[in-house]
Amino acid sequence: MDLNTLWFALIGVLFVGFFFLEGFDYGVGILHPFLGKTDTERRMIVNTIGPVWDGNEVWMITAGGAMFAAFPHWYATLFSGFYLALVLMLLALIVRGVSFEFRSKMEDTRWRALWDWMIFFGSFIPALLWGVALANLIRGVPIDERMTYVGGFFNLLNPYALIGGLASLTIFTLHGATFLTLKLGGGLENRARDFAGKLWYPAVLFLFLFVAGTYWMTDVHERLGLNPGVVPTVAVLALFASRWTISNRRDGWSFILTAVSIVFATVTVFIALFPRVMVSSLNADWSLTIYNAASSPYTLKVMSIVAGLLVPVVLIYQSWTYWIFRKRITPDSHLHY
Amino acid sequence: MDVVILARLQFAITTVYHFFFVPLTLGLAVLVAILETMYVRTGDETYKKMTKFWGKLFLINFAMGVVTGIVQEFQFGMNWSEYSRFMGDIFGAPLAIEALLAFYVESVFIGVWIFGWDKISKGLHATVMWLVAIASNISALWILVANSFMQQPVGYVLRNGRAEMDSFFALLANGHVWVQWPHVFFSAVATAGFFVAGISAWHIVRKSDQVEVFRRSFRIAILYATIGVVLSMLVGHSQAQYMTRIQPMKMAAAEALWETEDPAAMSLFTIGNEKERRDVFAIRVPGLLSFLAYNKFSGEVQGINNLQLEYMRIYGPGDYVPPVAVSYWTFRIMIGTGTAMLLLAFYGLWKARQGVPDNALYLKLMLWAIALPYIANSAGWIFTEVGRQPWIVVGLQKTADAVSPSVGLGEVLFSLIAFTLVYGLLMVADVVLLKKYAAAGVPDGGSTKPANAGAV
Ligand code: HDD
Ligand code: HEM
Ligand code: HEM
Repeated sequence: MDLNTLWFALIGVLFVGFFFLEGFDYGVGILHPFLGKTDTERRMIVNTIGPVWDGNEVWMITAGGAMFAAFPHWYATLFSGFYLALVLMLLALIVRGVSFEFRSKMEDTRWRALWDWMIFFGSFIPALLWGVALANLIRGVPIDERMTYVGGFFNLLNPYALIGGLASLTIFTLHGATFLTLKLGGGLENRARDFAGKLWYPAVLFLFLFVAGTYWMTDVHERLGLNPGVVPTVAVLALFASRWTISNRRDGWSFILTAVSIVFATVTVFIALFPRVMVSSLNADWSLTIYNAASSPYTLKVMSIVAGLLVPVVLIYQSWTYWIFRKRITPDSHLHY
Repeated sequence: MDVVILARLQFAITTVYHFFFVPLTLGLAVLVAILETMYVRTGDETYKKMTKFWGKLFLINFAMGVVTGIVQEFQFGMNWSEYSRFMGDIFGAPLAIEALLAFYVESVFIGVWIFGWDKISKGLHATVMWLVAIASNISALWILVANSFMQQPVGYVLRNGRAEMDSFFALLANGHVWVQWPHVFFSAVATAGFFVAGISAWHIVRKSDQVEVFRRSFRIAILYATIGVVLSMLVGHSQAQYMTRIQPMKMAAAEALWETEDPAAMSLFTIGNEKERRDVFAIRVPGLLSFLAYNKFSGEVQGINNLQLEYMRIYGPGDYVPPVAVSYWTFRIMIGTGTAMLLLAFYGLWKARQGVPDNALYLKLMLWAIALPYIANSAGWIFTEVGRQPWIVVGLQKTADAVSPSVGLGEVLFSLIAFTLVYGLLMVADVVLLKKYAAAGVPDGGSTKPANAGAV
């Protein structure tokens, strides 16, 4: 495996970690105004992700930094090309981040309702947009011979991409619900499980439509053949199986299954792309690949050493925090947010 | 109006706004860690109250720093794609390292600190705060490695139509980093010092029921502020000398020095005519600029007109003069507010030998003085970045060539307005909360598990 492939894989890993972790954060943010009936309940729900959401979000920041360092053209084309979509996502993330800190700092009910809705929209918008973005990456967008995106904003809102967006939105929300069955106490975990049971249907529907659309509307079947292989199959089967574990109150398994589904679906996207990083719909030769978009061999080498030293350490201390905060949240827990 | 101007305006607004919160984070994290360590060492509950009180204000500020930083991470790709293509080989590395080495530590351990009061031991809890403080300052180091490359490119070769990294260690060893980082760090210490001293002074004047907490806070903070201002000024002086060597045009613009002089006079007040490049009215002190640049009263300092001719010879036709009035005044604002801070800090420290100052006027003034470091920080950055123009990376790429070709005027206008609006509204909410919690004082009892809203 050369360094270009290694970095493609590492960025894949960063996105896998990001969607796995931030996936349930978004889900919790989307669910909390509906799941929580009283202020205390809503606080409990927000505090399930209290100690961890910022660390989870850094997976995205690191993925962005890693793209910049290893594939500067990918970073440049993607973020300048998907400009308005990214602006929307950033605005949502800004508002979401401060809302956690601000919401419980005043007794006023209108103040709290305001920030609760900000948490909702701040989670809803990125959960939707990430699916739209990934779908467009697979489908291909107009990129000219100078690696510049020439498609405008509405080009990104094609049916296939919108299905991708709805798929990520519903699956993250389901993932959030299965997470809450593990983290909430005082009876709220049962309500979360009921929600998960209902959310299962749209999640499966949109995942199914997305898989069908991928065969129908992209070049993936030409490149990889009709047999999808193990990875996508696991992603779909895991989601199917969660129906059974949710009804049977196997909450740990439900969470593992939604997690597996997200992880394998993300890996599928990266397999479908490889060795391209952005597909040009105008001319296959104008696509960005892990070679023509990459940094110099020297930079890749330096960054490989740095990442090899640091990534394991990050994994260790981040896991440690999940261990410290493993207890369920009850109304008497320390509710900072 | 063109895209370049709007993109620059957007970058300036979002970064200066980000840097409104950054210095307080950098300086206050260290101060809170010190306070908590004193609590662990002495077992004195007053220190614990102090840790919690300042910690709460720290967290409100920290949240704003985090969310405004996310925008920065993506903005180079969004608005400066040609820059990212040309410099990414070098510039992306420090940003990625910053995330891997610093942001993870900061964000993971701040969660542990907030929620871990009764879950981990006292000593470990204080250690966690130290990790946050150190990681924040390491994040500053790496972003300044990136920024220093733009001021003084090192460790690269021009190959394959772009700048490629040639030596990673040269990037780190860049002399510019090692004057810029200390200056930013000590300015941050001064910022936190004035913040804590100002709020404490207000409580002392009001004789609130927790005066002991605030008297002690004031004494620590005024010492902290003094150290910060003095060292920031000393480092600033060597930074100016460094700048005279590597970016002589920036120094000339900072002084509105049109013609080369030896010995060079320092301007105290100049009204100039930027178009014709001459003074309309000026008060100048002979020899002082030479002294600032070389520590002696003679020595040549190059002027704008001479440098412009020289750069045309090296880089071809073009205008190589940064906006002189902005450079000149921001430099003076930074030094002026710095001097005011120095006087206030010295007076307070002198009075704090026993107890705290009893001069009500001074104490009231200190509340307003919280604004001073903020003004100095913003002015310092605007000076550094505007004085670099027309270059985005000195000698390698011009700002006008760096902008994204695929992003249209309407799109930038939309994002500029949207960011500015959201930032403005959040600033209001932030100030409301800071005021509320700064005024509320310290809850009694020092229970580790306050049941109520917003407890740390
Ligand atoms: C890593 C790089 C980097 C870093 C750490 C900073 N900047 Fe910068 N700055 C740029 C990289 C840059 C830039 C990308 O190079 C810009 C955009 C357009 C330009 O000319 O330079 C810029 C422009 C720019 C401008 C507008 C100048 C002009 O267009 O006339 C201002 C006022 C600032 N910056 C202020 C700041 C502040 C307050 C910072 C502290 C956080 C800061 N910069 C850090
Ligand atoms: C323009 C370049 C910059 C970029 C790309 C950038 C990027 C970021 C990002 C992504 C974050 C959020 C991290 C998190 O979620 O925890 C952040 C926060 C932070 N940044 Fe920046 N930043 C820039 C400028 C600076 C500068 C110049 C400094 C210091 C000298 C600085 C110091 C910090 C610190 C201390 C934080 C921690 C959060 C806080 O401020 O409260 N940044 N930055
Ligand atoms: C006599 C006092 C001071 C001198 C001589 C001085 C000098 C300088 C110089 C020369 C620069 C530009 C460096 C460059 O572009 O290469 C600078 C930047 C800056 N200054 Fe100052 N400074 C002084 C006081 C202060 C104070 C009191 C503060 C804040 C509390 C401050 C905050 C900053 C900041 C944030 C920057 C931008 C970052 C940087 O480039 O280092 N300065 N200063």
